[in-house]
Formats: sequence, C-alpha cells, structure tokens
Amino acid sequence: MAKMSYREALTETLHQEMANDENVIVMGEDVVGGTGSPGGPEAIGGVFGVTGGLFGKFGAERVIDMPISEAGIAGTAAGAALAGKRPVAEIMFADFMGLCMDQLMNQAAKFRYMFGGKATCPMVLRTSYGAGMQAASQHSQSPHPMVTAIPGLKVAMPSTAADAKGLLTTAIRDDDPVIFFEHKTLYGLQGEVPEGDYLVPFGKARIVSEGNDCTLVATGRMVSFCEDAANALSADGISCDIIDPRTTSPLDEDAILDSVEKTGRLIVVDETPPRCSFAADIAALAASEVFSSLKAPIKTVTGPHSPVPFAKELEAAFLPSPVKIKTVIEQTVNFS
Amino acid sequence: MQLAREELEQAYRQMKTIREFEDHLHREIAKGTIGGFTHLYGGQEAVAVGVCENLRDTDYITSTHRGHGHCIAKGCDVKGMMKELYGRADGLCKGKGGSMHVADMDVGMLGANGIVGGGPPLATGAALAAKLDGNGGVALSFGGDGSCNQGPVFESMNIAAILNLPSIYVYENNRYSEHTGASYVIASESIASRVEGFGIHTVKANGFDFFEVHEVMKELIARCREGNGPCAVEFETTRFYGHFEGDPQNYRGPDEVKNDRENNDCVKIFRSKVTEAGLLSDEDLDKIDNEVISLIETSAEEAAAAPVPSPEEVTTDVYVSY
Repeated sequence: MAKMSYREALTETLHQEMANDENVIVMGEDVVGGTGSPGGPEAIGGVFGVTGGLFGKFGAERVIDMPISEAGIAGTAAGAALAGKRPVAEIMFADFMGLCMDQLMNQAAKFRYMFGGKATCPMVLRTSYGAGMQAASQHSQSPHPMVTAIPGLKVAMPSTAADAKGLLTTAIRDDDPVIFFEHKTLYGLQGEVPEGDYLVPFGKARIVSEGNDCTLVATGRMVSFCEDAANALSADGISCDIIDPRTTSPLDEDAILDSVEKTGRLIVVDETPPRCSFAADIAALAASEVFSSLKAPIKTVTGPHSPVPFAKELEAAFLPSPVKIKTVIEQTVNFS
Repeated sequence: MQLAREELEQAYRQMKTIREFEDHLHREIAKGTIGGFTHLYGGQEAVAVGVCENLRDTDYITSTHRGHGHCIAKGCDVKGMMKELYGRADGLCKGKGGSMHVADMDVGMLGANGIVGGGPPLATGAALAAKLDGNGGVALSFGGDGSCNQGPVFESMNIAAILNLPSIYVYENNRYSEHTGASYVIASESIASRVEGFGIHTVKANGFDFFEVHEVMKELIARCREGNGPCAVEFETTRFYGHFEGDPQNYRGPDEVKNDRENNDCVKIFRSKVTEAGLLSDEDLDKIDNEVISLIETSAEEAAAAPVPSPEEVTTDVYVSY
C-alpha cells in the first residue's frame, strides 16, 4: 500500500496501463498541455493534473493534445477503438458531454449490438463531474444517470483513491466503452492505494460501513457525506449500511437488496436532480424487489429540479449535505 | 484506362451488383416484404466502386444511411447483407442492424451509419489507429452533401489535418440533403472549396464516370499512404431513387431522374466506354449481368427462407461482458 491522492492514483494507473499495453493511447484537451505553445509541451498535464508526465514518457504519438472539439475527441476515440486501439479520452468537464452525445449514445454504445456482436469498442472516456467548487451550471453537473440509461455503455465513479486506481485499470482493460466519472472535489483526497496491478471488478459494490437500522446508497463525493451523517448518529445508537455501488452500469443489485432486506430502510443520496435519476432508479428497484422488507418509505436526498447555481449559499442549498442526510435518516428510522 | 481486363470485369460486376441489389429492394419494399427505413444508392455506383477498388481489406471505411453500395464495394457478403435487410438471424449483423447499420469488421467496413455525419469522426479515429500501426493503411469516410454541414465533420477534418492522419473524406454530392437542395444549404461555392479551408488537399471530380473516380482516388489514396496527411474529394453524382423508399420526390425537377437515367447512368457510361475502346465486349458484360441477376435472385430467395432471430437475441451482444 502507498498513501497517495485520488489524482495521483489515476496518474499512476495511466502510466502503468500505457506501459503494459502499447495500444493504450491518451487524448484530450490539454492532456499534454502546451503543445504548440512557447512554454510547452507538457506545461499543464491536464487541467486537473491527471495526465502529467505521460507525454515525457510515452511521446506525442500516444499522448495527444486535441483541439477543443469534444465530438471530434469522442468520435476519434470511438473510431480508434473500433480499429483495435484502447483510447483513454478526456472530456474536461462532464457537462461538455453535451457536445459529444452522438458519438457516445449512437456510435460507441451501439456498435457491438448493431453489428451483431462482431465489433468491440474498448474506449474509456474520463471526465470530471460534480458540484462543490462554485463552477456554476455548465461546469458542475453529474450526468451519470443520463449515460447509465444507455445500454452498451458502462459507468464507473470512484469515491476513494484506491477505487480510482482499481476501477480505472479495469476500465482500460475492459472491452466495452466505459464512461469514467472523477469527482472534481476528490482529486486531492488522500488514501491507501495498493501497489502494482490492482483491479476493482465492475458491478461489485463497496460496503463502506455496516449497520442495522438503515441502508444508505451513494457514489462519488456523496459517500463521504453519508459517512459523516451516519457517524453523527452513532452516539444515538443508530447504525447504517453504507453501500457505494462504484459502477452504476453494471449495478450490484444484490448488495443493495441484501442490505435493504436486512435493515428494512433505504435512503439513496445523489447530487443529480431527482427526475429519472440514479436515486429514483435505486428506489424503484428496492420497492419492486424487497417491498415486504420495508419498514419505512424509501427516501432520496438529491439536488432539486434546478441547474447548479453559482453563489456559495445557493450551491450549498442545491447539494445534499451530511446535515440533510442525517435529518432524513432520523425521519426514516423514527417512521411509524 | 490502364486497368487490366480482370479489374474492369470486377469493377463492372461490383457496380452491377449494387444496381441489382438496390433495384430488388425497391421492388420488395413497395410490396411490403421488407420493413424499416431504407435509402437506396442506385445511380451512385461509380463512386463506391471507383473508391473501394483502390482499397485493401485492411483499410477502413465508414459509410452512411445510404450505405449498401459502400458495403458491397468494400467486400461485404451480398447474401449476408440481403439476409440482414430481411431481418434474418444469420444476416451479416444477426438481424440487429438492418439497412442503416450493415458492417463487416473482417473487410474493414466499420458500418453504415444512421446519423448524418456520424462516420467521419470514426474514420478519423481509425486513421489514427492506422497511423500508429504504421502499415500504410488508410481510413476513408463516405458522406453525402448533407454531412458536410455537421459540426463533428468539421472537427474531424481539423483533427486529421493537425495530426497528419491518413484519413480521406469522400463527399458524394447527389444534389439533395434529404429533400432540400444542396446549393441552398451549403453556403460556400462548393463542398470542396470549404474543405480546402481546413488545409486539406481537396479535389472535385465527376462521379458519373467510374474511370475518373478510380483515377482520382488512386492518386489520393497513394498520397495518403505515403504519410502526406488527409485529403478529400467532392464527387458530383445523382441518386435514381428518393431520399428514402416511399419518398414522392416532388422536390425534383419534372424530368430530372429521367434525364439522369438517360445521360448520367454510371453503369451505362462504363459499358459504352469499355465496349467503344474494345476492352470488353457486350457479350462479356451480358454474361456478368446474368451472373449478378442470378446472385441477387438466389440471395433474395435464401433470405426469404432464412430463419428469423429468436426473441432471446434481443439482449445478447449489448456488451462483451456485463
């Protein structure tokens, strides 16, 4: 084990996988950073610093600064993947996926199916997501439900440094297209990370903590919010199962349902707005599969049906928080 | 016309196969035998064949919603294609793709594409792969005049230019973006003049003449294989059928299609050129005609009799593993 940040874990993984397999290539806006500039190349190494050092080690052929052309980036990655490469493309902010949705939803996601199982598209699209940095409406969204709803795509969203490495390694080696969500507030998060080859299987939840009174399901930054809320209630004798699915597609349904059968209560926490959301999906799953185990209504703690605002106070009002989650746990546990 | 006899026969056979394939579909769709949305390539054969006769199996192409011609020209199995269009279990894509998604990875055919402008970004990526593989391979996207107005196509050409990729952008200008005149929706003087703005070597050529297409492409593809970066071509062409089957074509001139069939039929033009030059005889060509007609008839009979997919197949092939 080595102590490192979520960012460093991602960087280490890219270095390891590029060294392991010459078909792995990295492309995106500023991933080298500085190509064609007086101070470059490699002045930046990605706006969040994740791709630092790759250019110096693997060269311009495999580490490619791209124009600000999200559709072009996603399409080039998808085409290169169809032709045998394993591109890891970066879309700087998940919000910008709006510019490349055709290449994701109509192309990469569907090749294998449309072509009768004869094609593979082993691409990874890494992207930063989430609110919490006052980045406002076009740089703060969490569009994981949108891509989770598309058959053919896999969706990973690590909440720890170790999972950042383990899930990214799995994503790069996976033969299906993977959308890889990195929460922008977690890049500095420190954690113990296994050395060498480390893979976290897709579709296998992490049981963050075990308890008896309530099940909390969350991903990304919301996992630590759930931990804070649950810790604040432990003195009152309330204990929670906290489940981080780690991948929303495939989804570890068993881990969630087994827990709800045990605790009889479910709260899903997610920072996206509620309509057709991850939270609504998990709530519906539990309601249809383990209804007779439920001792209280299923609750969700999500952002409201609004864009993410700029002002600090408004952004705080938008986001779930440990305090909001704690209140809902108390209401759920005390329901009668 | 420096093609060997076998090359001429092959080119004619391919063009005729596309023509008969599409004419068959036109008749069957009218009868209601085949479902879905179908866009026929009849009239444009010289472009697909003139281009693809210069490509290797290891080269890549991406195609369009009007893709049958490109598929046949790149070497997709005609019987497998026919079964695919009939929605059969042993169709080229197991009946899951249909007309707009015919693909065959074994011959570098990365798919017809239901999204206008969907192919060029993919071909750009395949060109990046070819460049990294360093084997002289190229990737070529077919697109219509409509696709030249899609943003991702611009992005792709710019990317190919800055990365010096072996990527070729073929624009088939058949005068109509669906039902709207190409001259109205394209602001520049031509597609070619616009593409030049990306710093891409571009030519404009007559797509009615197989020999001109073949000659132009031979030079462009060789240039690309040698590492000189992307190139593009705009071919003037025409479609004999509507945008889709069932299109009343009331947006076309009163005698436009009739005139094109009489004067701009690339198959007829090929025939007269090779017979006048004494390269192939009418008997040679008639023999090929008969063989092609027989192939299409057999393909259709086999497709009609082939088993349909079982309902369980709806959820297979979504992922490699899940």
